[in-house]
Amino acid sequence: MPLKDFLEASKGAIKEVTIGKEGKSATIGGEAVLPFHNFEGNLPRLPVMALEVWDTTPPETWPDHLRSHFGDVVNSPVLWAKKCLEVYKADLICLYLASAAEGEPDAPALAAKVKEIGDALPAPMIVYGTGEKDVDTLVLREVARACAGDGLLLGPVLKENHKEIAEAAQEYGHALIAQTPIDINLAKELNIKLSKFFPKERIVIDPLSSALGYGMDYSFSVMERIKQVAVLFGDDMMKMPIIANLGRECWRAREAKENDQQGILWEAITAMTMFLAGANLAVVGSPDSMKLVKKLLGQFSTGQIEV
Amino acid sequence: MGLTGLEIFKLLPKTNCKECGQATCLAFAMAMVSGKAGLDQCPHVGDEAREILGAASAPPVALVKIGAGEKQLALGNETVLFRHDKRFENPTGIAVSVCDTLDMEEVAARVEKINGLVFDRVGREYRIDLVAVCNCSNDRDRFAATVKMVAENTGYPLILITADPGSMEKALEIAGPGKPLLCGADETNYNAMTALARRYEAPLAVKGTSLDSLAGLVEKVAALGHKQLFLDSGARDAHLVLADQTQIRRLALKRFKPFGYPTITFASAEDPLQSVVEAGVYIAKYAGIVVIESVDPADVLSLITLRLNIYTDPQKPIAIESRIYEIGQPGPDAPVYITTNFSLTYFCMAGDVEASRVPGYILPVDTDGTSVLTGWAAGRFTPEKVAEMLTNSGIAERVNHRRVIIPGGVAVLSGKIRELSGWEVLVGPQESSGIPSFIKQLWRA
Ligand code: B12
Ligand code: SF4
Repeated sequence: MPLKDFLEASKGAIKEVTIGKEGKSATIGGEAVLPFHNFEGNLPRLPVMALEVWDTTPPETWPDHLRSHFGDVVNSPVLWAKKCLEVYKADLICLYLASAAEGEPDAPALAAKVKEIGDALPAPMIVYGTGEKDVDTLVLREVARACAGDGLLLGPVLKENHKEIAEAAQEYGHALIAQTPIDINLAKELNIKLSKFFPKERIVIDPLSSALGYGMDYSFSVMERIKQVAVLFGDDMMKMPIIANLGRECWRAREAKENDQQGILWEAITAMTMFLAGANLAVVGSPDSMKLVKKLLGQFSTGQIEV
Repeated sequence: MGLTGLEIFKLLPKTNCKECGQATCLAFAMAMVSGKAGLDQCPHVGDEAREILGAASAPPVALVKIGAGEKQLALGNETVLFRHDKRFENPTGIAVSVCDTLDMEEVAARVEKINGLVFDRVGREYRIDLVAVCNCSNDRDRFAATVKMVAENTGYPLILITADPGSMEKALEIAGPGKPLLCGADETNYNAMTALARRYEAPLAVKGTSLDSLAGLVEKVAALGHKQLFLDSGARDAHLVLADQTQIRRLALKRFKPFGYPTITFASAEDPLQSVVEAGVYIAKYAGIVVIESVDPADVLSLITLRLNIYTDPQKPIAIESRIYEIGQPGPDAPVYITTNFSLTYFCMAGDVEASRVPGYILPVDTDGTSVLTGWAAGRFTPEKVAEMLTNSGIAERVNHRRVIIPGGVAVLSGKIRELSGWEVLVGPQESSGIPSFIKQLWRA
């Protein structure tokens, strides 16, 4: 039958990025196909999911149905993170440095705290700064130094502060999240700048995720375009895996806050849609929505499937 | 258009009569390739040429209609694999199932819930599109009775799901004039099902057991003269459905004729929440129709919102007119809010102004339909534009104060706005959900 003649050969494979160190690591990327297209090429692994942990208590705006999963442990990032890993079975956690956004951060003290949290955990860690360029430069450089050799995934680095943070990440062996606002050209530009002195195998693209109903369409299309350019056209500067940091966006949405089940679905559908668009790693807030997506992904196969 | 300029040229009269407005037939052919001219503009083109050119310019996924009357649904007409290449045309039809094992009271109650699945979002009303009646009982009379009950109680077009032509025939005696989707034909029953579909001039879903078998079966059905079809590869596991949906769309775009129709999918995971996420996968990836079981508004709103995102035209953000909007019945001392004319931004914050129960005026500044921060970062949400709106919109004649509230995200604009407009500027919360408590504390006009 002629159907097989229509399968499309890909020109490029997404790079593999490993987060963590020996004994506790997670690898993302590596696919030589568009998202889940393993009917026409190899998909070595499924996307992974991180639960978000705040280094402060979560904000007032969190609805009870989200807060209640964590109970008391929200007062201790270590316990919170452990619960995410041990009870909720997240692949890894994403530590959000919310405290740095409140006034002048004490960078060395914050970095020591990050080190302590990371050491207490059996899984690798993403460390996510505030998105404010000067604060992050200060804090993330310290974190990179304090956690030397731990192989964190650190970010976001922006056009404005990529140099300072990437130098530290390079020196101390971390991977980086390169963030640009929903624009494929800006994403590529930042990757080019970084790869002049930073290994491409340690870059993860963050093209910005937005929540279902709140601009998700833009994130969806920019991710699809990046994957298309990387896999179908073989553009070396776009072959880095993609992170979708969507939990915080979703839990700001009115629809997620107003109803428990709707909240779970809001986040789960956003995550699954980002995966369909090409995200290799998603950061979410609710263990329930993570479980839901993981269960669905659990039915997806890796390798190559026959058509 | 699948043909090149030269291929089109060969089919034209080659008289260069200029009646089409082009200097030559060749120029006309080229204009057609680039979409600047249509075949109708040449009065001399022959029937044979018309047929070839018409087929080549028809959309690769046929437009197929379900139902009759006001709620008729048209699906298909798709032209791209990625929404960023142009846009997706006809939003996935969401069908909610009703099983004929329910007793009649339960059926009526379920249909009532289905009818109530109506949502307001960004200023428009959104609904589901179809009701799918399922012959789970395998009993012909029961199926017919359930179809009757549903048809009498809903205005939505129906999908009749049964593999038994006898059941289908009975159901069609009741629902046939409403042109339901017959679901449908398979290898064993396609002769009878196609005959029924033709008799009622209704669309027909064709179900294979693989892509290959589906292609074969579609050709047989088409050979019987029916071409209002929906495709079902038979896959039910999410990953395989996704693979098949993708292949079907891709092949359709490559003009593989048997796949040039919209598809139908079924969210069939046992866990109810998981089946919603599964339905989301199909909406994001090419499904013409997705059949779901849930009548829970939380589930349906999530899917309708996803559909809205995926089917929004990426080339034009939905913008609203930049003018004074009144929330409630604001008097001369009511608060005045500034926002942008991106419809999502406007309806988001207008909803919160409404929730505050304090009547107010909203002035969405024309930022070419961009959000607050995007507009600010792109230089389209500027103090100049805000000041101009305050001055020229006529708001100064409607209120007896000079105080304006701006979004917290653009607090930095306040000094300049004050300077340019003379209005006092109050910085509101970052997120509009904070407006109700903000306004209660701050507004003492
Ligand atoms: C989708 C999106 C886009 C889309 C455009 C969407 C659109 N139609 O506007 C695209 C991809 C085109 C885009 C482009 C750009 N973007 Co953009 N984009 C976003 C994103 C992800 C979501 C925006 C959105 O839709 N939000 C939802 C709406 C409802 O939010 P909102 O308008 O802010 O409204 C809320 C509040 O402001 C408040 N509010 C609204 N009105 C009012 C009124 C009052 C009185 C009050 C009190 C409150 C209030 O309530 C609302 C609900 O909470 C944001 C990141 C984010 N998560 O916010 C970045 C973001 C806004 N973009 C950003 C940038 C930099 C850009 C670009 C300039 C990048 C570039 N160079 O290409 C371009 C500019 C495009 C151009 N030239 O026109 C930055 C802005 C940074 C900054 N702080 O200045 C952001 C914040 C991303 C980031 N972190 O870097 N973007
Ligand atoms: S009207 Fe038809 S025949 Fe006349 S020049 Fe145009 S294409 Fe040629």
